[in-house]
Order: sequence, then C-alpha cells, then structure tokens
Amino acid sequence: MTGIELVPPGLVLIAGAVLLPLCGPRLRVLAVLGLPLIALALVWQVPDGASLRLAFLDYQLEPVRGDRLSRLFGTVFAVMAFGGGLFALNHARRVELVAALVYAGGALGVCFSGDLLSLFVFWEVMALASTLLVWSAMTDRAQHAGLRYLLVHLFGGVLLMVGIVGHVSDTGSVAFTAMALDSPAHWLMLAGFLLNAGAPPLSAWLPDAYPEASPAGMVFLSAFTTKIAVYVLLRGFPGADILVYIGLYMIFYGILYALLENDMRRILAYSIVNQVGFMVCGIGIGTEMALNGAAAHAFTHIIYKALLLMSAGSVLYMTGRRKCTDLGGLFQSMPLTTVCGIIGALSISAFPLTSGFVSKSMISQAAAHQELLAVWLLLAVASAGVFLHAGIKFPWFVFFQKDSGLRPPDPPLNMRLAMILFAFFCIALGVWPAPLYALLPFPVDYVPYTWAHVIDALQLLLFSGLAFFIMLPYMRRTLTVTLDTDWVYRRLAPRALGRLGSLAARLDAGLRRAVLRRIDTAIDTLFRYHGPRGILARTWATGSMVLWVVILLGIYLVAYYY
Amino acid sequence: MKQPWLMRPATIRSLWIGFVLVLGLILLAGLLVPAHGYFGLDGSFAFNAWYGFLTCVGMILAAKALGYFLKRRDSYYDRD
Repeated sequence: MTGIELVPPGLVLIAGAVLLPLCGPRLRVLAVLGLPLIALALVWQVPDGASLRLAFLDYQLEPVRGDRLSRLFGTVFAVMAFGGGLFALNHARRVELVAALVYAGGALGVCFSGDLLSLFVFWEVMALASTLLVWSAMTDRAQHAGLRYLLVHLFGGVLLMVGIVGHVSDTGSVAFTAMALDSPAHWLMLAGFLLNAGAPPLSAWLPDAYPEASPAGMVFLSAFTTKIAVYVLLRGFPGADILVYIGLYMIFYGILYALLENDMRRILAYSIVNQVGFMVCGIGIGTEMALNGAAAHAFTHIIYKALLLMSAGSVLYMTGRRKCTDLGGLFQSMPLTTVCGIIGALSISAFPLTSGFVSKSMISQAAAHQELLAVWLLLAVASAGVFLHAGIKFPWFVFFQKDSGLRPPDPPLNMRLAMILFAFFCIALGVWPAPLYALLPFPVDYVPYTWAHVIDALQLLLFSGLAFFIMLPYMRRTLTVTLDTDWVYRRLAPRALGRLGSLAARLDAGLRRAVLRRIDTAIDTLFRYHGPRGILARTWATGSMVLWVVILLGIYLVAYYY
Repeated sequence: MKQPWLMRPATIRSLWIGFVLVLGLILLAGLLVPAHGYFGLDGSFAFNAWYGFLTCVGMILAAKALGYFLKRRDSYYDRD
C-alpha cells in the first residue's frame, strides 16, 4: 500500500475543477487534459474491495471501493473526460470546463462508491454539474431547458433518497450491493436509477435538455448521466425481469422519435435513449454474457456517441445550424468531420469491424442463449432500426442529401484531434476487442467474428439501408417537433394552472364584489336613518316637543285615574 | 457551378448498381456459410435480409403514423 489507492479518482477531477478558474490559459489547457489522465491512472490503482473507510454516524462509508465493473466504467469515464476536454478547449467557456470536470468527477465518484450515501452525494453532484453544463450555453432556450432538466433530476434524487432511507432502515446497512425488487424502498431506488437512464415515462428530459447545451457541452452530457445509471443498474438490479421490457420500450421509443426528428442533435439524443435501452434490456436478461454485453456496450457507446456528437457539434460550431432542413452537402468542405461522423454512425449501427459490433451482438446472443425468441426478434428489429435512424439518417441528412450551399471548413485542430482519437478507438475496439473483453466483469466466452455473425449482421444492415433509400420520400424532413410526455409539464400543467389561476381570480373578484355590495348596503341604510337628513338625526322644533310632552303627560294622567 | 462528383446523376446511378451488387453478393454469401439458427426461423435463407428490410419499412410507416398524431410546428413551445 503506497497510499495512492486511498485517493478517490473522482475527487481529483472535482478538486482540480474548483482550482481551474484560477489558472491562466496555458495552465488551464494542461489541467483540462492532465486531470483526466491522472484520474485514469488512479482508477487503475484502486484495488479490489474497499480501500478507504470513513465512519459517519453509525455507518461505515466506503467512498473508494473497487472491482472489475467499477474500473471498467472508471476507465471509459476518464477517457471520455480527456476526449471531451480536448474537443472543448478552443470554444468552451471557463464555467463550462469547470462543470464538465466536476460532472466527470461525480461520475467517477459514483463508480467507486461502496455505500449508498457516498453514491447519493456524487449522484447529486452530477445532477448539479450537468445542469450548469446545460446552462453554460447561455441561451434562453438553454436556461429554460436546464431548469426543467434540474427539476426532473431533483425529483429523481428524491425518489432515490427515499429509497435509500427505506433500504437502510429495512436492512441496517448502507452497503451498495445487488438488490431484489422485494420492497417499496427498492422499487423507489430502481425508479431513481431509471429516471437517469432516460426510461419511460420521463424520457423526454434527455432530448429536451441535451441539445440545448453547447457543442462541447452535449459531448460531455451524452456520456455520464445515462451510463452511470447503467452502471448502478448493473450493480444493483442485475436480472430484474422488468428491465427487459423497459429496455425494449426505450429502444423503440428512441427509434420512432429519432425518425421523426429534424434537429440533428435531437436525433442523436433520442438515439442515446435507444442505445441505453439495449443496455437496460441486457441487464434485465441478467446472464453473465448479457451483463458483459451491457457493460461492454456502455463502454463502446460512450466513445461512438461522443464521436457522433463531436461531429454534429463541429457542424453546429462551424455553421451555427442544427436542423436537417438547413443542412446537407457538407461532405464537400468538411471531409474529416464527415468521415468521423460516418465512423461513429457505423459503430452505433454495430457494423462489423467497428466497436458497436463486438458489444451489442453479445446482448442479442445472450437473449438467444436464454431462448427468449420475442426479445431476440425485437433486438434484431432494433439493430436494423438503429442503422435507420442514426446510422444512415444522421450522416445522410447532415453531410449529403442536398446541397445547402454551406461551405464551412473542418473545425479547429483540437476538435479535429478529438474526433480522430475517438474514431480510432471505434475502429480499434472493433478490430481488436480482446483488451475490452479482458476488462469485462465476467470471463468472456464469446467470439464476435464468425462468418455467420458477420454475414447475418451485413444482411440485416444493408437491407435496412435499402429500405431507407427506397422509403426516402417518406423521410422528408419537416420543421416540426414531436410531442412527448414533457408536454404534460411544459404545456398541460402550465395551462391547467393558468386556468385554475384565472378561475380563482374570477371567484375572488366575485366574492369581493358581493361582500362590498353588502357593506355598501349597510352603509346606505345607516346613512338613511342616521345621516344628516336621516329620520333619526333630524333636528326637531321645540313646539312640537312640548306638544308631544303634553300628549304623553295627558296619557299618563288618564292612565293614572283608571 | 460544377456539381461535385458524388452528386452527379451518373455517379448516383453507378452507386445504386454497386449497392444492388453488394446486396446480391451478401445473399450469396449467406448460402455458402452454414446458418446455425437458435430458433429455426433465424436459420432460414436470407432471414436477416428480408427481416431487416420489412421491419425497417414497418418502422418508417409506424413513425409516419405516430407523427400524424404527435407532430407540431417546431415553434410549438417557443411561447413558454
């Protein structure tokens, strides 16, 4: 023990991020690129088991606890922080870099949390840092979307916290281990985890908020929140049947909404939900091969999705446009961005020789081994659908399609280098999956490259491509958005509240009028009798008073005699 | 302005011819490699080809139908 394994890898990024505003431009570059590499080195120093224990109240906290799964996710998070930082260097605001590093640090913190309290703290750090990342775009739309994002995630945090409290009071332990869905507390924790994964019914936060971030902001956002949810589901609820169905729903939700979408980064946002659906489904299947597949797919997905978003971000950065209807023909002046975008698109489609092929096929294979015919058939449809909505649609409408007349050059050097690095990873992992397989939580007994696998995959994908081009007239882009469940809190609830408000205002005005009328009547009555001309306030002549006194005395006299 | 190579009708025609050839080749390759399906159905000839094609057409039509009900102008939320 040298003591270095006691340092939480995430804390290095968070502490470094806090100091970042004090750095000059050169030191800042060094910090943004160097801190993730230090974190990566620390990830690999974390031994199996708890290496740091802290006492808190009656509980033993384990802020640093390692195993194969946490090191796998820690590795890809650190690599992602490096690649995202490189991409962001030239254009990200200082606050954005700080938020991104804290966000990545939070993700590493969750990865190595051995107990639920540490996990929750880092979980909320991620929610706050990612909101700041959305806000960093400094537009009105980003402000509003960021606030909605924050509210949804704070709600998710509340679900998780209530679940954790329930779990701790049921079991007396804060340790984060695999759980069964046998108590309300565990269901709440599952709901809190799933909310971050972009699961129904609240998937809409993702395509609502992420595309409003800056080009670099969305690259970071795509990597951490949803994949940390995959990580905690892998650890907390492996083999929970319900996840198979939730995963399948997410897969098809992502495909259908992405097919309808016009904004290139929203297409990619829907496709995040779709891809996380594959992982959630794999976790639900729950065999060693399925869990390996889900973990491997999270790893490869982070890299190719970041690459796709770097490519889309470069287009946005160079043209200021994000709608497919405004784009097209960019391959002529942005060859590198086009090639990198296509490599990302082929990877997400799981084309042979790309990273997606070696990970996604494990999940389908696991479904086949478990003889889940319906799941297997749906996963095959989904693989074809991924090629359709992300694999072809994204590059086709952005880089080819028609000549939009735009001739932007490729983006600045650092953005190009980040894309080249991640494109290299996509191909390298696809050609040589052994190092990735060696990192997976369970021993891998799977050979991706058999002739049958490759030919099956090529048949599925190429004929999906044929369907895309034959159906192209049906895919014409329109200036539209597609309503989602966020309609409830963006449109229905505000309108209902507005109506309720105006109803209350009308009721209030009516009541006030009625009460005021009563008061007016009372005052009028008083005035009539007691006012200056009122009958009771009138001045009477002395003669008439004497007359009345004589009459009264007369009556008195008569009464006395009888 | 001269049309770029990739956008000329002649190129597009040859790309289509090339694509159809590749599709034919990959179907033939399916004949050469013994299929080992897990469920029977998936081992039949060109299963992935027709399944991929038909389900993709189905998904595009399903999205179209969904869009019929759920699509709105993209300024729909702008007054928020």
